[in-house]
Amino acid sequence: MGRYFAIRIGRAALTILLVVTFAFIVLRLSGDPALMILGPEAPPEVLAAFRKAWGLDDPIWYQYLDYFGAIAKGELGRSMRDGRPAIELVLERIPATLALTLPAFAFKVALGIPAGIYAALHRGSAIDRAVMMTAVAGFTVPSFVLALLLVLIFAVQLGWLPSGGQDSWRHAILPIATLSLGGAAVLARFTRSAMLEVLGQPYIRTASAKGVPWRKVVTSHALPNAAIPTVTILGFMVGSLIAGAVVVESVFAWPGVGRLLVVAVANRDLAVVQCILLLVALTMVTSNLIVDFLYGFLDPRLRAKGVHA
Amino acid sequence: MTPLVSIQGLSVAFSGVPVLRGVDLALGKGEALGLVGESGSGKSVTWLAALGLLPRHAKVAGSVRLDGREILGAPAATLDQVRGGRIAMIFQDPASALNPVLTIRKQLCEALALHRDLSGEAVKAEALRLLNLVGIPDAARRLSAFPHEFSGGQVQRIMIAMAFAGNPDLLIADEPTTALDATIQAQILELLATIRREMGMAMVLISHDLGVVAENCERVAVMYAGRIVEQAPANQLFADPVHPYAQGLIGALPPLDGPRRRLTAIPGTVPDPAHMPSGCAFAPRCSLAAEPCGAAAPTLAPIADDRAVACIRAEASRRALLGIAAE
Repeated sequence: MGRYFAIRIGRAALTILLVVTFAFIVLRLSGDPALMILGPEAPPEVLAAFRKAWGLDDPIWYQYLDYFGAIAKGELGRSMRDGRPAIELVLERIPATLALTLPAFAFKVALGIPAGIYAALHRGSAIDRAVMMTAVAGFTVPSFVLALLLVLIFAVQLGWLPSGGQDSWRHAILPIATLSLGGAAVLARFTRSAMLEVLGQPYIRTASAKGVPWRKVVTSHALPNAAIPTVTILGFMVGSLIAGAVVVESVFAWPGVGRLLVVAVANRDLAVVQCILLLVALTMVTSNLIVDFLYGFLDPRLRAKGVHA
Repeated sequence: MTPLVSIQGLSVAFSGVPVLRGVDLALGKGEALGLVGESGSGKSVTWLAALGLLPRHAKVAGSVRLDGREILGAPAATLDQVRGGRIAMIFQDPASALNPVLTIRKQLCEALALHRDLSGEAVKAEALRLLNLVGIPDAARRLSAFPHEFSGGQVQRIMIAMAFAGNPDLLIADEPTTALDATIQAQILELLATIRREMGMAMVLISHDLGVVAENCERVAVMYAGRIVEQAPANQLFADPVHPYAQGLIGALPPLDGPRRRLTAIPGTVPDPAHMPSGCAFAPRCSLAAEPCGAAAPTLAPIADDRAVACIRAEASRRALLGIAAE
């Protein structure tokens, strides 16, 4: 068991290192922050001074080592736009993002999982087909299209809800709805196929053959097995709580981490982008670790493998 | 005397394709019946249909009576009482027949709680007794193990323990040893026979292994293409099969004693259920087939006190067999 997790934690650390390195290199090769922030009209000596001040004229490997040296001291750099620590800028945006992604996550689970289970248990029925059609629609329509569609209906046509901003809870409804619908669709499809797979297994027939009532066959024999693949997709959803709303925040002018990322990338505000990516990698990797742990908890076969691996 | 189970005119169709075409079968209390035939002949489907265990899209018709009471199409609550409580079933592939995420204790106790008036400690004690009965070593500790921690033979023993948990009157053993190696096979069959004797339980042994059936059953029914084609006491069937298909099955079996003889194979293949020949389904493969065989499917008719055969050429078939034996 200990080894199972030691290996996984090692892999997680490696993943984070790769993400950070990749972001570091790509950002520095794809544009000059001095030009982006000061503008093309800035005099060359100002640009040069800016580059020198931020260490941008050092060789890239030197900058890279410098960056890790700073991280080791707990320094994540400062924004090149206003000089504030990047971590501060990011942290103050997190509550706004979570205000969208947490309720959306709850709705995805509350809608998607029961819909998937119901569709699987009534396979081929009209409700199954309706659930699947909705799920495919929710799955294939990109979130910005869905967002614009919802704005068009509820803000422009009906005038019930605001189309953007963050002034009241009513402003959160459309962004949360956009996030929930797509996620619930994915979850419903996944849960349905996991359930169908499990319901076809011989042990379900065994349970029925020993006289277990159908309702209990579903709840105590099928669901615990179907939970195993479903947990994977839930893990991804938890992992994207911080940065899963980039598009939706942009469409609805919601001042969260996603919007900060878009602006920071456009400006090549290196420290801010890197700080966000580090945070995203950390949440993704942490939720994957939790999923691995849950697998061990849900599936005794994996638990055993971990012990002997 | 009413038989324990009596099946009449049982037919099953999957999306319009008939796989069971009118099965008649009766079983007395404590009797051991062998059900033989090639894969796809409907051996398992007969009992899955009788217990209402087929998927919903299967169309089932006919009658299945338990102690004279109709159970086909009975309400779910009645069927849940019958399944495990009156008629228990064990399956071919033990490895996938137990729920992988539940402990053996949980799966055994579930069956006990459903069919026996036991609670709390008594359930656990009985679960332990059953595991000991089927010969799982170190049973007390192994109760909290998961199915993957047991070998195939052990899992089948656990399945048997689970089947006996409800004190059923009838055990349907659907190819119980097919997935196991030969030595384990013998042990499992021995175990089944012992417990069955002690509990006075009836058994249907579904198998394509004629040797297994000959050793363990008093009576044998031979199935072909969704029908029973011959029924006879085991010793009579093996000594003197009447239906040409039954003759073919037994002719394909090497004799353990007596002179060496050439094994015979049945020519052709089992007909596709979607394109059944008219009349007798075996006629296209039968060396004795005559013109009337294609006209109508023969019904199972008695030829002796406790024998029945579905073949209009039965007499010719018998003569042919005697002719071969006289050579």
